[in-house]
Amino acid sequence: MFSVNAVKEVGVQHDKAVTRAEIMDSLVREVGLTRQDSGELLERVLELISDDLTDGQTVKLARFGNFVVREKNARMGRNPKTRIAAEISARRVVAFRPSPLLKQRVDDSLNKD
Amino acid sequence: MLRSELVQKLTDENPHLRPQDLEKVVDVILEEITSALENGSRVELRGFGAFSVRKRDARVGRNPRTGETVQVEEKFVPFFKAGKELRARLNDGVDPEDR
Repeated sequence: MFSVNAVKEVGVQHDKAVTRAEIMDSLVREVGLTRQDSGELLERVLELISDDLTDGQTVKLARFGNFVVREKNARMGRNPKTRIAAEISARRVVAFRPSPLLKQRVDDSLNKD
Repeated sequence: MLRSELVQKLTDENPHLRPQDLEKVVDVILEEITSALENGSRVELRGFGAFSVRKRDARVGRNPRTGETVQVEEKFVPFFKAGKELRARLNDGVDPEDR
């Protein structure tokens, strides 16, 4: 779907990744929950999404994006380092389709010029 | 499952918490991920997956209907990769990247 030049991740080098800890801090601060409740609720949200995906169900989070499970057939590929051809097995993968709003917010803020 | 159904499940499971607070929990989690991506940061939720931003280079595209060429500017798009545990759950307990 996208060309090879498309796979460039930005920001990895200069910013520490956001993790559960930072999200929990925001929940404590902005919702006023205990740290314990915040941690449990965050974990539960991720679990409920994972459970539905494992059942093959789509998860649609308005204004954020949709998580969709896709079935991939086996295909021939090549290890990019060793250049040895090998079969890539059939598998189920999660595709995230960001909402137009999320795409716009991310592009607007990073594509400033 | 929809966002509203996710909030409803949390509400059903947490009678000691206010429904409006649980709605806010989902809002804050998604907003936190969004604003990290706006800053170009990664969001790593071990087991579940990682959100990041990828740069799509500018390219010359084509309008599929008219066939005319158009210049497509470089853009930044959100990307998600499922974590090891989720990949394994989707594939009968074995992460296909380990096969």
